[in-house]
Amino acid sequence: MPKANVTFEDIGVTVTVPAGTRLIEISEKVGAGITYGCREGECATCMMKIVSGMENMSERSVLEDKVLQENMASRKHRLACQAQVLGGEIVVRPG
Amino acid sequence: MSDEPVSIAPDVFWIGALDPQLRVFDVILKTANGTTYNAYCVRGESGVAVIDTVKAEYADTFFERLEQVARYDEITVIVLNHLEPDHTGALPELMRRAPQARLHISVKAQTMLKGLLKSEDLAYTPVDTGDTVSLGGRTLTFLNTPFLHWPDTQCTYLNEEALLFSGDVFGCHFCDGRLFNDRVGDFRFSFEYYYQHIMRPFREHVRHGLDLIEPLELKLIAPAHGPILRDAPRSYVQRYRQLAAPLLHNEAADRAKTLVIFYISSYGNTARMAQSVRDGAEEIDGVRVSLYDLQGGEVTPFVDLIEEADGIVFGSPTINGDAVKPIWDLLSSLAVVNIKDKLGAAFGSYGWTGEAVSMLEDRLRGLKLRVPVTGVRVKLIPTEEELDKCRVFGRQLAEHLTGRNQRRVIDMSELFKEPTHAQG
Repeated sequence: MPKANVTFEDIGVTVTVPAGTRLIEISEKVGAGITYGCREGECATCMMKIVSGMENMSERSVLEDKVLQENMASRKHRLACQAQVLGGEIVVRPG
Repeated sequence: MSDEPVSIAPDVFWIGALDPQLRVFDVILKTANGTTYNAYCVRGESGVAVIDTVKAEYADTFFERLEQVARYDEITVIVLNHLEPDHTGALPELMRRAPQARLHISVKAQTMLKGLLKSEDLAYTPVDTGDTVSLGGRTLTFLNTPFLHWPDTQCTYLNEEALLFSGDVFGCHFCDGRLFNDRVGDFRFSFEYYYQHIMRPFREHVRHGLDLIEPLELKLIAPAHGPILRDAPRSYVQRYRQLAAPLLHNEAADRAKTLVIFYISSYGNTARMAQSVRDGAEEIDGVRVSLYDLQGGEVTPFVDLIEEADGIVFGSPTINGDAVKPIWDLLSSLAVVNIKDKLGAAFGSYGWTGEAVSMLEDRLRGLKLRVPVTGVRVKLIPTEEELDKCRVFGRQLAEHLTGRNQRRVIDMSELFKEPTHAQG
C-alpha cells in the first residue's frame, strides 16, 4: 500500500501513514495542536496550514471548498477532518 | 411600563423588551430578576436604522415600540450586532414588514444568517471595522469584535452622538424598566457575573475588542442586555480591561511555563505516581510544576489555575471502569475559561481494567487540548521501575511545554497501541 509521511510541524513528529488517511485520524493521537469541533466539515475549527506538499493532498471536495471559502481561507489551508493524504511528504501546522 | 419607546439620545430610541420572569438564560446563566432584550432605532434625515431585535416571544412589544418612532417603509438599514436568537427572534417578521431594509452583518455572521433564516438566497451587506452606512446626517460605523461572545459579534457606533451599540459587550442580565444605569437598582453583581460567564472564555478577544473601543469618544453605551450606560460609560470599558487581565499574579510567567498536576488517590498509588510525574517534570529547566490533591480544594480556584496554566495533567484511579467524579466535576467546569491548545495529559493506577486514563485523554482532546504524550497506567502499587516511567512521562511533558521534545518519526500503528507505558 502506498505510504505518505505527514510531519506535524508544531510538535516535530512525522507519522508514516497509508495513502487515503485523513489528518483527523492521526493528528489528535499524536498530540498535534490541530483541534476539532464538529468533525464533519462544517465548523472550520480544524482549519490547518499545509506548509508543503499540497500536491500530495486530495482535492478539496465541494463541501470543504465551500467551508474554506466562507472562512476566508487561503489556498494553503485545508480542513483536517476532510483532507486526505495521497503519498509523498506533507508538512502541516495548526492555523 | 407601557410599550412605549424610550428616547436615549436625539432621534435614537430604545425599542426593546423587558423579561422580568427569566431565571435561567442559555442553560448556563442564572438571573435573579430577569433580563432585557435591547433593540434600538436611529432616525437620520434620509433613512432609519433598526439595531438588533428581541427574543421571538417579545416581537409584539418590539413592533409596537418601533411603530411609534418609524414607519416600516422608512427603514433603510437593519444592523445585527449578534445573531443569537434572543436578538434575532423578530428579524424574519421585520424583514417581511420592511423588505427594502438592507441587513448589515459582520463577515463572520454570513453563514449564521443563512442557518438562522434557513435560506441561501439572502441580500445583505457584510461589514468590517471602519465600514460605514449613512442615514443622512448620521453615520453608523462598524467595529468587528469577533468572539464577544460569538464569532459573528460586532459593535456599531453612531458617530454624531458618540454612542456605541455594543451588542452583548458591557451587557448583563438585569431587568429594570428605568433602563438607565443611573436610575436602575444595583446591577454591579450582574455586570460582573455576565462577564465571568459569557466573556471570560474569550478574554484575548476582549482585549482586541477594547483596543478598538477605547479610542472612541463615548457619551453613551447601549448594550443588548441590561441597563443603558449613560453615567460614566468609560468606567465600564475600564472595568472590562481589568477583568480581561490575568486573574492570578504569576511572578514566574516570563521565565517559566506552568504545569499543574491534579490527582486523586484511593490508596496512595496514584498519589505516588503524581509525585514522580512532578519530579520528572522538574528536571527540565523553565517549567514551574505544581501538584494538587483534588480532595483538598474547591473547583472554582482550580479553574482559575487551569486558565493560567500552560499544561494540565490529571491523575485518576479507575473505579468501576471510569475516572472518579471529582476529576469529571473539574473537567466539566471549564467552559468559562479558554483552554484550547494547552497541553493535556493523564495517568493513574488501577485495580482491574484501567480505563480512566484513556477516557481522560479523550476528554482533554475533546476540550481542544493537545495530548502529545500517551498516559501512564500502573496496575495497583507502582514499582520503582514504574515510578521511573512516571518520571520519564513528566519529563516528556515538560519537554513538550518548553519546545525541547525530540523530533521523531513513527508509524501510524504506534499511535493506536494500548496506553500502558510512556512512549519512548
